[in-house]
Amino acid sequence: MTRLRFRLILLAALALAGCSAGVLDPAGPVAAGERTILLNALVIMLGIVVPTIVVALATAWWFRAGNKRATYLPEWSYSGRLELLVWSIPALVVIFIGGITWIGSHQLAPERPLDSRVKPVTVQVVALDWKWLFIYPEQGVATVNRLVIPAGTPIAFRITSGTVMNSFFVPQLGSQIYAMAGMDSKLHLQADRPGQFRGLSAHYSGEGFADMGFAVDAVPPAQFAAWVGATRGGGGLVLDGPGFMQLARAKGNVTPIAYRAVLPGLYDRVVAQSGVPAHKETQAAGRENK
Amino acid sequence: MLGKLGWDSIPLANPLPIIASGVVALVICGVLGWTWRRGYFPYLWREWITSVDHKRIGVMYCVLAAVMLLRGFSDAILMRTQQAIAYNSPGYLPPEHYDQIFTAHGVIMIFFVAMPFMIGLMNFALPLQLGVRDVAFPTLNSVSFWLTAVGALLVNMSLVIGEFAKTGWVVYPPLSELRFSPGVGVDYYLWALQISGVGTLLSGVNLVTTILKMRAPGMGYTRMPMFCWTSLATNLLIVAAFPILTATLAMLTLDRYLGFHFFTNEAGGNQMMFVNLIWAWGHPEVYILVLPVFGVFSEVISTFSGKPLFGYRSMIVATMAICLLSFMVWLHHFFTMGAGADVNGFFGITTMIIAVPTGVKVFNWIFTMYGGRIRYTSMMLWSLGFVVTFVIGGMTGVLLAVPPADFVLHNSLFLVAHFHNIVIPAVLFGAFAGVTYWWPKAFGFTLDETWGKRSFWFWITGFYLAFMPLYVLGLMGMTRRLGHYDVPEWQPWLIAAAGGAALIACGILCQIIMFTVSIRNRHALADTTGDPWDGRTLEWATTSPPPVFNFAVLPDVRGEEAYWGLKSTARENRRLSDLPDYVDIEMPKNSPTGIVSAFFATVMGFALIWHIWWMVILGFLGAWATFVVFAWRDEAEYHIHASELEEGDRRRREAKAKLLDLPPEALA
Repeated sequence: MTRLRFRLILLAALALAGCSAGVLDPAGPVAAGERTILLNALVIMLGIVVPTIVVALATAWWFRAGNKRATYLPEWSYSGRLELLVWSIPALVVIFIGGITWIGSHQLAPERPLDSRVKPVTVQVVALDWKWLFIYPEQGVATVNRLVIPAGTPIAFRITSGTVMNSFFVPQLGSQIYAMAGMDSKLHLQADRPGQFRGLSAHYSGEGFADMGFAVDAVPPAQFAAWVGATRGGGGLVLDGPGFMQLARAKGNVTPIAYRAVLPGLYDRVVAQSGVPAHKETQAAGRENK
Repeated sequence: MLGKLGWDSIPLANPLPIIASGVVALVICGVLGWTWRRGYFPYLWREWITSVDHKRIGVMYCVLAAVMLLRGFSDAILMRTQQAIAYNSPGYLPPEHYDQIFTAHGVIMIFFVAMPFMIGLMNFALPLQLGVRDVAFPTLNSVSFWLTAVGALLVNMSLVIGEFAKTGWVVYPPLSELRFSPGVGVDYYLWALQISGVGTLLSGVNLVTTILKMRAPGMGYTRMPMFCWTSLATNLLIVAAFPILTATLAMLTLDRYLGFHFFTNEAGGNQMMFVNLIWAWGHPEVYILVLPVFGVFSEVISTFSGKPLFGYRSMIVATMAICLLSFMVWLHHFFTMGAGADVNGFFGITTMIIAVPTGVKVFNWIFTMYGGRIRYTSMMLWSLGFVVTFVIGGMTGVLLAVPPADFVLHNSLFLVAHFHNIVIPAVLFGAFAGVTYWWPKAFGFTLDETWGKRSFWFWITGFYLAFMPLYVLGLMGMTRRLGHYDVPEWQPWLIAAAGGAALIACGILCQIIMFTVSIRNRHALADTTGDPWDGRTLEWATTSPPPVFNFAVLPDVRGEEAYWGLKSTARENRRLSDLPDYVDIEMPKNSPTGIVSAFFATVMGFALIWHIWWMVILGFLGAWATFVVFAWRDEAEYHIHASELEEGDRRRREAKAKLLDLPPEALA
């Protein structure tokens, strides 16, 4: 009961931090699980940290040189019982939090598919200079800097980079994972409710890094299907090999783009770095020396 | 002829670095001119620049650290003000500046502030605490210092000539590869760290040897002061970890200079290898910085509580446990790489295990105060501020060690807040406490306490105001290294953080005033006894400042807290120990080897950065020739006659008798 009250106070204190699209304002099961584990670990540790601070300050104050009532023990420097205590208190706390860590690491492993009866939607993510490309292989469409996902549906992300290291992160949905060239990382997230969320690169990637944000639109599944249909049937561009090269090289801010079709297997070719972008061309695609 | 160097390498169009370096150049010229006019140059050359005395070298390390602290802190001010105003606006720093500034801030604070402070304090205090006359290899010690200074010089040269790295302080590839960073910034980073890294490694070898092989008679391992133990752990870590850094940076250098593919995107390179390697050095590095100050705080808390350190042996075990564990946790710097649940869980737990010995240390410091008579000097304030703040930083560290929590906090300002919450109270507060504590030993007068305490209060409030908002911002999803942003809720917190930085600036100002006031009042603040704090370890047995040979006769150690034991015996017997037999001793001669080889290292480093190959060869040959000349020297040592020792020691004994309030016949 006291623990619950304590947690409520803590939540209230952190509410200011959580109110605006932060990691304490989860919109999906992964983010919610991570918030729970974060707060649990915090509360357990506050249970030992707060008394330690109080005892440290109280001891230091009571035994000040001017306090005539404090006993002076100039030789006292060992006590087997206290030694046992000082080793066992942190050890017990660590065993406890260590257990939470081990279980949490497995339950919330980014590569682990989410438990759901709904069939997941796959999104392939490519980090570029300084924009995000999202490919929907099952739907055959792609977007830049705008991620549209159906709410209540698990999303299976596959993440790579066509440039330097970045980190794909939507704070309100949970886990981030590095986007690295030549690597095909897996991440499973889900938005429980429709809404708009902020996505960003959480790993510094050079000059345009600060503008490397993207918008996440979680929409009801029917609306998602409608969006896919409209994109496919719309007059947008087609993302083929040369189109990808052009996109990868484009500098500066990119407003969201929607592609009505994507070259099949493009993502795998980016991962394998064969074909697109071709090796010779990547050498020339480097950043300019000013 | 001049490689990549040309007039366009000097950023004349950018007012900020040009003005900053102009001011610095004026200050340097002013100081040099003043020194010249007062005729101090021969003195400086003889007594400091070419000195191989561990105390002088220790002081020079601390001076270097203090000067670099000003540079690193100016970078901090620039970043905090930029972020405070850059809501929906580019602010006043374009990305190519801002990115250099946060990189330089990290590099300077870690390599040229924290490291020199720690190595300086160890250099100064270790031989004195061990009761010996110098470190194992005195000239090598001077070489180490000057090579560290070369690194600092190269980093600062990049301000005017060329540019610094724009990659973040651990230069992750492929961003740091030639393809994405074609400029000289990363090369400045690589060569500055390689050259100063050699210095650090040599220093580690030197101090490990000193502790293992050169203790006063009777100073067994379990009689060494705590600071010696934590220094031993630190230097073992340096010897084990710095070669990893050297090798990692060498591989990146090969990539950049000779077209190798260790970490490139193309041709089978693998960036994850670099990330693993850099943190295999990087995490032990954290403990290289933190362990010495654990020793400083142990000495300070015990001295000013008037009690021995509680649980001495337990503290040794905790120190060595941290030393060992620090090599088993590096993966927690990149849980988000996707290594899988088993690996992440394992490294999360090993990270938390480090909290056990660290927690033991905190409790033992509290028990050291228990039953004490605590004198509230500024050093004690730094220590208490450390204990309270460090516990909070440790807690957020354990939070980040929980992989699922790290998945949402990684690389955020929460992380930035966490490591500043460790490094500032531990390394900086520890360095300040250590400098204040040993200052009278080094110079013969204590520092002004009023300004010292004022500085403490500014620093601690400034710290909380600057970094607590960053925790909140991290929870709000703000990532690090953003030059500008468009989330209105962030701005108030960033403005508060900038206010905190301003308070810290006041703290630094108070410290500058403290040094000025203390130097002016040095006669009133003089320490005539050699023992101003009622110390417990051997450095307080000698005079302040100590003679070049530290001890006329090496002390005879009979237990823990050697000097406290000597004092207690003298008080009981109402007389000092028997007059020893004085014999002639040999001390190493001063040598310009350090500064000369550093000069050539600078030439070589600069030439390597700018691809001026003839100059590289010249620099290398010069440095090599310097070593050859040193190796073939005729006389390495000079004699000090026993009568001189006896005369100095008589005055020391008179002062001790006076300090302990003993009758005149006690001296016999």
